[in-house]
Amino acid sequence: MTRLSTTFSAPHPALVCFITAGDGDTAANLDALVEAGADVIELGMPFTDPMADGPAIQSANLRSLGAGTTTADVLRYATDFRARHPDVPLVLMGYANPMVRRGPEWFAQAAADAGVDGVICVDIPPEEDDALGPALRAKGIAPIRLATPTTDAARLPQVLEGSQGFLYYVSVAGITGKQQAVQASIEEAVARLKASTDLPVAVGFGVRTPEQAAAIAKVADGVVVGSALVEICGEYGAAAPAKLKELTSALAHAVHTARQEQTA
Amino acid sequence: MNTHLNSFRTQPDDRGHFGQFGGRYVAETLMPLVLDLEREYRAAQADPAFQAEFDDLLEHYVGRPSPLYFAPRITEELGGAQVWFKRDELNHTGAHKINNCIGQILLAMRMGKTRIIAETGAGQHGVATATVCARFGLPCVIYMGAEDVARQSPNVFRMKLLGAEVIPVTSGGATLKDAMNEGLRDWVANVHDTFYIIGTAAGPHPYPEMVRNFQSVIGKEARAQMLSRVGRLPDLLVACIGGGSNALGLFHPFLDDADVKMLGVEAAGHGLDGDQHAASLLGGSPGVLHGNRTYLLQDEDGQITEGHSISAGLDYPGIGPEHAWLKESGRVEYTAVTDDEALEGFQLLCRTEGIIPALEPSHAIAAVAKVAPTMPKDSIVLMNLCGRGDKDIFTVAEKLGVEL
Repeated sequence: MTRLSTTFSAPHPALVCFITAGDGDTAANLDALVEAGADVIELGMPFTDPMADGPAIQSANLRSLGAGTTTADVLRYATDFRARHPDVPLVLMGYANPMVRRGPEWFAQAAADAGVDGVICVDIPPEEDDALGPALRAKGIAPIRLATPTTDAARLPQVLEGSQGFLYYVSVAGITGKQQAVQASIEEAVARLKASTDLPVAVGFGVRTPEQAAAIAKVADGVVVGSALVEICGEYGAAAPAKLKELTSALAHAVHTARQEQTA
Repeated sequence: MNTHLNSFRTQPDDRGHFGQFGGRYVAETLMPLVLDLEREYRAAQADPAFQAEFDDLLEHYVGRPSPLYFAPRITEELGGAQVWFKRDELNHTGAHKINNCIGQILLAMRMGKTRIIAETGAGQHGVATATVCARFGLPCVIYMGAEDVARQSPNVFRMKLLGAEVIPVTSGGATLKDAMNEGLRDWVANVHDTFYIIGTAAGPHPYPEMVRNFQSVIGKEARAQMLSRVGRLPDLLVACIGGGSNALGLFHPFLDDADVKMLGVEAAGHGLDGDQHAASLLGGSPGVLHGNRTYLLQDEDGQITEGHSISAGLDYPGIGPEHAWLKESGRVEYTAVTDDEALEGFQLLCRTEGIIPALEPSHAIAAVAKVAPTMPKDSIVLMNLCGRGDKDIFTVAEKLGVEL
């Protein structure tokens, strides 16, 4: 059992929380997320050109790089997190160039040494898996793929091939932090994905409130929240941990109890 | 030179790779679109009606074939090889960009897309895109870095006159790469109805190949014109390179003519020894950006650095992947010239031939001025004069200390 598979075999759905590394006090922000009930952490690797992200995460990337965050810093945040939280799955999320800059083997080794469980690379689709996937799998790190509303039935098997950890369903065709998809389309998509894979399915993009998270948790194995948390980091700076804890607690409660309410 | 290859004209492979370069590094949302685009492009390539419409528009709307011009006074002044120009600056809209825009908008309509988006740096690609959108009655959104909007106000006005909506991009450094990021963000959110007309031979496959093929009309014409005018091929081809579409358009039809040497000219800005340049091949290293693996200006962590050039059209931190491959294969030689040298090249052409060139091909002129004197008088240099300089007179005046 990996940390990810253990987490997703819990009796309740998982809350997956994203923040950008190096944006504020990263260690304190991560601890706040875990203490408030986050089940999986996605740590964003800042990049100068975050093409798939909306304004909130773009700004977080620029704040982080402006503060001088390096790849070594991101790996150190991961290493320290692993020392403090031995059981909480940690996923690095970002863009290809910072990940392959020193070679995929270097990155996979460094991530493994830091105790990272999975990697989401936004701009490496299955067609370019050679650029990173084999190196990650060789080190026991899950390459976590994205499925989207444009991923049709003919294409889905290719996305699933070599996918590990969980499948991240991007519920809207668009960038992060924008509008949420209608619930019915999410339910239909999750059912379709789960019919094709044994991997847990987590749903993200545009999820901001406990109510939205609860609705998704009724059908999905995980709910990903990013921009709403990243906005708190941007707005509150050093005071962010307390605010992060507040929102994360509400989200965690909503996600963890979503199915109890359903059956009650 | 790599002698294992039978041909330099068979790239990319079926995955869009030029050796280790190129590819399709895009988000999953775009991947089905990119595959669909490739299918539709292959079908269009096989359809004589598509090619016929493209050729007809190039002839009657763009004004092709562009002349092949022997430049006697610059030849005399340089005192070496004969200097010839492919006059793509005489195209409608004043640059080679329109060739590609005609091809892509025909493809967009064939695919049933009803909305066009594009990025632009100096504004030439934006103007060309706005032009074809007006011609075919499609709504057009142009993303342009806020810095470039300020620097290139005449082109912004041209695009608006042509009916385009120009959206200033304030993220990042607010220049061309940021405009391209914003174009990709728009596309990913509007995949159902939107076609993204990329302006250079870069981006995810099939763009680099497709843009090259649409621009290859330049080299095909030039090759035939040379054979008909002087009965032989040139000894050296020269073209400037930002993303590299005008250079590939000239070079590609000649790649298997082993006796024809080729020189690509990057922008050295304030010099290659510092970081104020836009020479991705000579001063960068391989990485992944905007859908392809290619040479990039980047730091040791893979963060993209801002280029600099006097020419907004060359001021991009990447380069088309086929150039990266042509460099590594040794088939094409690459050099770089500084802002100051380009400014001298600009004035040289104005003074000797009565042609005001854009600052982009002024870089190529500067390279010709260095290399032509070292060549025998019976040799031939053919340079792609890919754009005219009307848009640049304010920049040049400022650099020369003239108040308009």
